[in-house]
Amino acid sequence: MSSIKCECGHVNPEGTDICQNCGRPLSKEEKEKRLADMRYDGAAIRSMTHKRSIVDKVWNFFSSVKIGVSIIIAILVAAAIGTFLPQVFYVPAANEAQAAQYYEEHYGTFGKIYNALGLSDLYGSWWFMALIGLLGISLVVVSLDRGIPLYKSLKNQRVARHPSFMKRQRLFGEGEVSDPDAAMAKAKQKLMESRYRIREEDGAILAEKGRWSRWGPYVNHVGLIIFLLGVMLRALPGFYVDESMWIREGETLAVKGAPGLFVENKGFSYEVYNKENTDEVFGEAIDRVGTVASKYQTDVALYEQPEDALPGSTEKEFVKDYSIVVNKPLKYEGYSIFQMDFKLDELKSMTFALQNKKDEKSKGELTINLANPEKEYDLGNGSKVQVLDYYPDFNGFEDGEPQSATPVPNNPAFLFKMFTPEKPEGETSFVAIRQTLEPLGENQYRMAFQSAETRNVSGLTIRKDKTLPIIALGGLIFLIGVAQGSYFNHRRFWIRKADDGRLLVAGHTNKNWVALKRELDKATEFAGLPAYHDQRDPEEEIEDHTEGESKA
Amino acid sequence: MTLVSLSGYLLFISFVAYLVGTFLFGGAVKGSKKDEASASNKRWGKAAITVTIIGFATHVGYFITRWMASGHAPVSNMFEFTTAFGMMLVGASILFYFLYRSAAIGLFALPIAVIILGYAAMFPKDIQPLIPALQSYWLTVHVITAAIGESILAISAVAGLIYLLKNVDLTKRSKGRGWLEFIMYTLVLVVGFIVVSAGFGASGYEAKFTYVDKNDKPAEMVYHNPPLFGMNEYEAKTEGVMEPIAEMPPIINAKTLTTFVWSILAGSVIYLLIRLITRRRVAELLQPLAKKANSQLMDEIGYRSVLIGFPVFSLGALVFAMIWAHEAWSRFWGWDPKEVWALITWLFYAAYLHLRLSRGWEGRKSAWLAVIGFAIIMFNLVAVNLVIAGLHSYA
Ligand code: HEM
Repeated sequence: MSSIKCECGHVNPEGTDICQNCGRPLSKEEKEKRLADMRYDGAAIRSMTHKRSIVDKVWNFFSSVKIGVSIIIAILVAAAIGTFLPQVFYVPAANEAQAAQYYEEHYGTFGKIYNALGLSDLYGSWWFMALIGLLGISLVVVSLDRGIPLYKSLKNQRVARHPSFMKRQRLFGEGEVSDPDAAMAKAKQKLMESRYRIREEDGAILAEKGRWSRWGPYVNHVGLIIFLLGVMLRALPGFYVDESMWIREGETLAVKGAPGLFVENKGFSYEVYNKENTDEVFGEAIDRVGTVASKYQTDVALYEQPEDALPGSTEKEFVKDYSIVVNKPLKYEGYSIFQMDFKLDELKSMTFALQNKKDEKSKGELTINLANPEKEYDLGNGSKVQVLDYYPDFNGFEDGEPQSATPVPNNPAFLFKMFTPEKPEGETSFVAIRQTLEPLGENQYRMAFQSAETRNVSGLTIRKDKTLPIIALGGLIFLIGVAQGSYFNHRRFWIRKADDGRLLVAGHTNKNWVALKRELDKATEFAGLPAYHDQRDPEEEIEDHTEGESKA
Repeated sequence: MTLVSLSGYLLFISFVAYLVGTFLFGGAVKGSKKDEASASNKRWGKAAITVTIIGFATHVGYFITRWMASGHAPVSNMFEFTTAFGMMLVGASILFYFLYRSAAIGLFALPIAVIILGYAAMFPKDIQPLIPALQSYWLTVHVITAAIGESILAISAVAGLIYLLKNVDLTKRSKGRGWLEFIMYTLVLVVGFIVVSAGFGASGYEAKFTYVDKNDKPAEMVYHNPPLFGMNEYEAKTEGVMEPIAEMPPIINAKTLTTFVWSILAGSVIYLLIRLITRRRVAELLQPLAKKANSQLMDEIGYRSVLIGFPVFSLGALVFAMIWAHEAWSRFWGWDPKEVWALITWLFYAAYLHLRLSRGWEGRKSAWLAVIGFAIIMFNLVAVNLVIAGLHSYA
């Protein structure tokens, strides 16, 4: 690899813009600039020097900030498009066909196209994931590309810089001073009071502080990379559990996705705010909007199968009782169980009487547990009822056959066969709510509905997320990095004697020039240094350098 | 006096103080001398910041008393959140006044805060009990931090606007001039919304309709201004109200659309009146106020406020939001529209920082970006809350 030798004799790697020893401009572009490009202190960065092989080209693609910003903007635009219509997971549809129908029905042609283009599942699409992947790669590459040279050049900084370097700083001043050494000593004292670290080298001073803030962007990028890695890990089995289950009051069920755990639903309650149970300041709001939910709560008992339990054994040990409410999940062994949904008053059982149609005399009653109906109910005295078929969620006939939409007893219907001493061969009756059919001819008996019992059902979600610590760590590092890079600045102030005895001063900061100027003003005034000018401010109103009230 | 009415009075005092503060800041930038501020400018500036701080103090008083009255942080509906955002915007401009002693920032930030408060006041102000999902101290922590971050970011738009008013040549036809005037027009539209809502509100206008909602269920809707648009299969229940011009399909909230169109009509009339009476563009009317501002300083303030605001916004709107979402909804991220728009805002300011740092987008380009950033924040506050329904919808 070739290298560039500076007039001062220092040999710099190819691609260096500013001599790492004396600060003279080296490259042609750099020489043409009025002000020095201080972004990496003029150090060579890989992407600017290696341009030949395929690897270089890929590397340079990802390390380009233009590309990086394009990726960010692409993600931004895609994310926005995804909010035009509700995403498919917020839509009540069980499959693709239903979803397609939903979008077309609710949002017309636009909805149809939106769904057909896959925008209804935009965040789960391969190309959206690919964009996030590109962002991650870009972050890794750019951090290596720039971070390392920046680190090296700041670490090896020299104190005495060539006048051409100082003249090309944004803040620059030069002038005669009666006693340069005394002025420099006083400046040093004042700058130390502002907590600058001072280095001296033959008639030159470098005052510097806050260099560590320059690593801020790299720290925050590392945080983002860790965060994205955490998100990727969820795709691996075992790292992430996301299940939901319905559990009726009184039931004990295995917790989905959590082998060995069981919950018992001891009761679900739903409460609303009303004028009696709330403070009177809420009265007006309750009048205006009507009832407002105040609490969804499932009281549960948690059980665990002992570790040494035999396979297939139903032995369970009680762990604890807990009331799950929104915002307060039940947490146990890395699993969290959330209150997510509920159904009030689901039918639990129905009671019928076997009745003679003529005189309404009953042969007895039977109660059917809708979750688990029995095959036959014996009423004694030669009467019994068989349940030939059960349709928990009856929704009409298809080809003469009754259909059940779901296994949930929303609208139970039964095909009964009734045996009585009068009709020992049995009579068939189809019974649904408010509907009775007698498919095989007029019956003498009927099943007369007596009463029903209901219970509530809780919808619980079970999560376990082993990636959370990684994601949280990434987030924390990101925050530390942005704070480091944003709330602290890297400030430098150079003073040196020129050959003709005059003093040169120059200042640089990566951000917050006003604060830098304030500190330099103090030192300048105290030590009688030559005044500096802001070479970037065409309006140059900063005459008194105080940014005082005058500035508006 | 109850706490609730006390908090109402305190808020009113703040509103008046911000109006007065705006005029005082005006005094701090008047005069013809270009760079030097006169002693009189300084006196006006001092009075202005004093009144602003008093207004901010009563605003905080409103916030605390309302908190005490309801038992939860007053950030749980449109009125409360928007009012709190206005408060934080004023707080952020006070902070930047003391960082940079710039009266121009106060002069432009205060009227924006006034408009925001006026906008907030058009929503139901009653104190509502919290639904289960909001019963969490993360509500307080997340919303307040996010709003502080947004208000600091908003200062960059204020600085950007001043920069543009000063630097865009308004005598020649250009894209910049057109867009700048468009921004002014949008601000007038918000005033139009306030005028319409307050006007029909004061007259007690009410029109009740029944309609069929998107799930084919019968529902009821009360309009507070004359119904330009009718809901799906509407039927008027109030006698003698105007017949809607058109019926909307069920997914469109015709009431919101009606309010929107009324606001545009009223705002446009106000805008035209201003143009006719003054025979100038609104931007031209405001330009003298920006003349004395230092462009380099406005650029610096614009960048600095993004630098200060970005970490706060990241913490509040993303990190705290994720922690809460994990507690409340069992997942830290769910692509809910409000979440997505917070992400969009964050990505946008990340792009701003990169364009500025690495591609040298300073001055005018950066000022435009700052204004766009504020538009995104406002979109998230207004449109996403009211139009794009999601878990966060305050409708
Ligand atoms: C959402 C993703 C990203 C976020 C939140 C982010 C955040 C940041 C922040 C806050 C800074 C400091 C800016 C300042 O202090 O003004 C920064 C600097 C930087 N970022 Fe990013 N960044 C992201 C993605 C990227 C990507 C994809 C690239 C790749 C090209 C990139 C390249 C850089 C560079 C080159 C710097 C300047 C570092 C320096 O000058 O020392 N960033 N980033």
